[in-house]
Amino acid sequence: MDDLKAKYLAQIAEAGDENALEAVRLAAVGKKGEVALKMRELGKMSPEERQVAGPALNALKDEINSALAAKKAALGDAALDERLRSEWLDVTLPTRPRRQGSLHPISQASEELTAIFAEMGFSVAEGPRVDTDWYNFDALNIPGHHPARAEMDTFYMHRAEGDNRPPHVLRTHTSPVQIRSMEKMGAPLRIICPGGVYRADYDQTHTPMFHQVEGLALDTDISMANLKWVLEEFVKSFFEVDDVELRFRASHFPFTEPSAEVDIRCSWEGGTLKIGEGDDWLEILGSGMVHPKVIAAGGIDPDTYQGFAFGIGIDRLAMLKYGIPDLRAFFESDLRWLRHYGFSCLDVPTLHGGLSR
Amino acid sequence: MKFTLSWLKDHLDTDASVEEITETLTDLGLEVEEVVNPADSLGAFTLAKVVGAEQHPDADRLRVCRVLTDEGEKQIVCGAPNAREGITVVLCKPGDYVPGLDFTLSVGKIRGVESHGMMASWKELQLGEDHDGIVELPSGEVGDRLVDWLAANDPAKVDPMIDIAITPNRPDALGVYGIARDLAARGLGTLKTTDYRPVEGQYASPIKVTIDDDTQDGCPLFTGRLIRGVTNGPSPKWLQDRLVAIGLRPISALVDITNFFTFDQNRPLHVFDAAKVAGNLRVHRAAGGEEIEALDEKTYVMQKGQMVISDDRGVESIAGIMGGAETGCTDDTVDVFLESAFWDHIQIATTGRALKINSDARYRFERGVDPEFTFEGLERATQMILDLCGGEPSEVVTAGDVPDHARTYRLNAERVQSLVGMDIPESEQRQTLTRLGFRLEGNMAHVPSWRPDVQGEADLVEEVARIASLTKLEGKPLPRLTSGIPAPVMTAQQRRLQMARRTCAALGYNEVVSYTFIDQPVAGLFGGGTDATMLANPISSEMSHLRPDLLPGLLQAAARNQARGISDVALFEVGPAFTGGEPGQERIQISGLMVNRDGPKDVHGASRVMDAFDAKADAEAVLAAIGAPAKVQILREGDVWWHPGRHGRICLGPKKTLGVFGELHPKVLSALGIKGTAVAFTLYPEEIPLPRKSGATRAALEISDLQSVERDFAFVVDAEVEALTLVNAASGADKALIEDVRVFDEFIGGSLGEGKKSLALAVRLQPKGQTLIEKDIEAVSEKIVAKVTKATGGTLRG
Repeated sequence: MDDLKAKYLAQIAEAGDENALEAVRLAAVGKKGEVALKMRELGKMSPEERQVAGPALNALKDEINSALAAKKAALGDAALDERLRSEWLDVTLPTRPRRQGSLHPISQASEELTAIFAEMGFSVAEGPRVDTDWYNFDALNIPGHHPARAEMDTFYMHRAEGDNRPPHVLRTHTSPVQIRSMEKMGAPLRIICPGGVYRADYDQTHTPMFHQVEGLALDTDISMANLKWVLEEFVKSFFEVDDVELRFRASHFPFTEPSAEVDIRCSWEGGTLKIGEGDDWLEILGSGMVHPKVIAAGGIDPDTYQGFAFGIGIDRLAMLKYGIPDLRAFFESDLRWLRHYGFSCLDVPTLHGGLSR
Repeated sequence: MKFTLSWLKDHLDTDASVEEITETLTDLGLEVEEVVNPADSLGAFTLAKVVGAEQHPDADRLRVCRVLTDEGEKQIVCGAPNAREGITVVLCKPGDYVPGLDFTLSVGKIRGVESHGMMASWKELQLGEDHDGIVELPSGEVGDRLVDWLAANDPAKVDPMIDIAITPNRPDALGVYGIARDLAARGLGTLKTTDYRPVEGQYASPIKVTIDDDTQDGCPLFTGRLIRGVTNGPSPKWLQDRLVAIGLRPISALVDITNFFTFDQNRPLHVFDAAKVAGNLRVHRAAGGEEIEALDEKTYVMQKGQMVISDDRGVESIAGIMGGAETGCTDDTVDVFLESAFWDHIQIATTGRALKINSDARYRFERGVDPEFTFEGLERATQMILDLCGGEPSEVVTAGDVPDHARTYRLNAERVQSLVGMDIPESEQRQTLTRLGFRLEGNMAHVPSWRPDVQGEADLVEEVARIASLTKLEGKPLPRLTSGIPAPVMTAQQRRLQMARRTCAALGYNEVVSYTFIDQPVAGLFGGGTDATMLANPISSEMSHLRPDLLPGLLQAAARNQARGISDVALFEVGPAFTGGEPGQERIQISGLMVNRDGPKDVHGASRVMDAFDAKADAEAVLAAIGAPAKVQILREGDVWWHPGRHGRICLGPKKTLGVFGELHPKVLSALGIKGTAVAFTLYPEEIPLPRKSGATRAALEISDLQSVERDFAFVVDAEVEALTLVNAASGADKALIEDVRVFDEFIGGSLGEGKKSLALAVRLQPKGQTLIEKDIEAVSEKIVAKVTKATGGTLRG
């Protein structure tokens, strides 16, 4: 029996591949293998002999089977190692290309300011880009002869012969949306109106189309001090600074009275703008208390309601916040620019998560 | 509006510095645009004296000077011919910046001799053109600052010039006097008032003036007088200095005087050479067609109704805008007729715009001059002419009257608090208005004649707040409309556009914002370019029409990028396209464009040329993101800029198109200069119905534990039978049992023969009640085959 064991364990150890191992298995513990044949002989033995030989044979069989399994696993591991050795990748190769899309800074800035003003209870109103001269001018207290009309570099729409209405205009500001919103929603009212506006001007710092956000708040007791607070909160939140100083300067817009231009304290160092510190003032917007005539034009009683309005350039805000030097490039669709200044689809600005990364 | 500090001080008694004055002006709403203070660049220079001058050993034209300075005697090499012993000079030391040379001096060695500074010429100091030699001052001590010497001896040279922007509502600030009044109201000094006495006429003016009846609304008042025997010529230095400082060219005393009053008092005047005036002057409306050569030497053709001043010969002046060349004053003028008239601002604005004349007179009259000052302006100007040019004045001739401008508004002291949010005592409010020239009678404020802009109570509040300074305004929280967490504010449509943008970006498109106007030929390719969408005054022919669609802008952008060497482009835009030129004739589009491949060639061979199905996939992804219904039809016959056979309209029913996808027409691509292929999609979000508001709750999830079964079918059909027809037919075979039908293979031609194709469908059956047995499956399969063959005329492929 010990001979048998020694013989087969030796053969198992020598088996070089799975076929050889199988041959050893059949010869040893197969149905007709040597161990099986020995088992058959048990029947002819006396009970005493059987009591000794039986367990010994079973033990032999188990031992051979374990040796077979161990060898089989070893062979498998060796084969896998061999295969893996051949499976080498140059992992420094580039990946399959995947396009990277982006959002335009104007879209991003618009969402940012919408998030901020929504927090203060302002909803988003919209209006047409082509508007009548009544909505764009007259209703905003800019009568036909007013010098502001000439100064606004208005784009006019063509008028067909025989059509004697005053020509429509490409809105020169988002202010006509004030009137349309007052007509539609009445007072009290809190809206912002972001959107494209047009002036016939094209040079280093002007483009014939740009973007504004208009703000309007009407109630019975809103004052210019409220306007200042709203703008301070907005500027702090938008530029993500802890503190900011705004300077209100008396100015004139036909649709507000009193009117103020608003400057923000800032510093310019080495071409970099820092909001909230320094000795410079940067003009960022125009604002004021809505002129009673404008409130009346919107169908609201100016003796009961009063409020403020302001207009800010969205493109300009984006330029200041993100350090974009040239306005004209906003509309040139240069992919290099879009990729550099654009935003990822997942950069959704929120007040709880932060406006920018 | 430009003026100088000394000019301001003619009207304002103040010790305030230039900085204080400019800061205050800006704060008052008179925004300072520029300050030119010559002293800023002259501060370092001091006076010195040449105590010795000897010939340079190595240069004929140079002298080595010994110069006594505040720091002792220095050696300076100088090339000026007048450098000599005994003269008082202006010294620039090493380290000083010399404005006229634009460099900073250092100790130099000139032909081997050290030079410790420079003696400057007027030109090098930017104080004149004189460069014949160095400055020789007639007085002054060594070490005196040049600016102090100039202030005492030649103040015009160091008079700071201030340029302010005047908003259209403040014509009163178009005169230096009005600016002084604002500053005085703020308390920055005291307004100086000078009395004037009317000049007594010595004879009746031979030139009379009449205003036609139909012109009196445009010219309520015309005054004038003849001054005989004047001597015209250059005006005195102080007057020339003033005009030069604000950028005007001195012409002659008579003309300079009119310009002086224009800027000093916002009172435009005109002087006619009386010898060239034929007969009397008549203010009337043009019949149309009259020609006049104006003082700008251009000839204008008057339009019917425009106001003019004529003599017996014809039109001699474009009323209130510009005088005529024919009767203009020259150095030879001896008899002058001085005009001071009041013109209606609207009519001046209209005529000025129509004739495209931008004159100082028009600028002022269209904003509004002080009607009450018409006479005073005439008298003061007469006096100045007499003082500077001599002559004998006639009596004043007058036509019309000062128009009624009286207005009063109630001063409600509490209104300032409620509207502005500043606490200003009533006494201060009254003082402010009084200083600005309002007359208070009880709490009624009479508006001064020079403030046409004040038209209501709110204007009084504005004046009070402005003078008190808005800088002092403190912010006050705007209370929330509701307590608690603010409700969302965006409309469903606004959220959709936001989702659309972010989905497009996630799909790999770069967002662009392009001009909403394009050129006519390109607009024409996309169904636009009509007169209805044409701008009357485009900025260029490339921006002449409102865009009818977003794709032309995207294509032009892609072409520009290709020209820069980027051939593969994926761009999108969300914005309005225009169907007409009326308000509201615009609709929002979401458009995406892919040109050529999805990426550069790569080691894995993975980049592909984008085809219609890529555009379709992206269109479907965006539609899904913005909540469009999943069940749509794909129809053909879209717009002409699509490839006729390779596009589809995504429709709800035959009439409602939610969007279009496909290849663009090759002709469109070549017209727009696109190299390669282009596929695109356009979606119309306003067409997509908003889902019924059902709250956030989802429908209950139904899933079966029973195993689903998938069976494949292949049909041979005509090549132009659409896959969707087969899918719809198969799905309809047993709506309860068939969960999904998917096309997984298409094979065209080959052994099937010309004009035939095979489409393979995988149909998944999902039993709900009990497990399917073979018999059930066979029954459904037969129905599917029957439905599909009936719908398509095809056969099951054996």
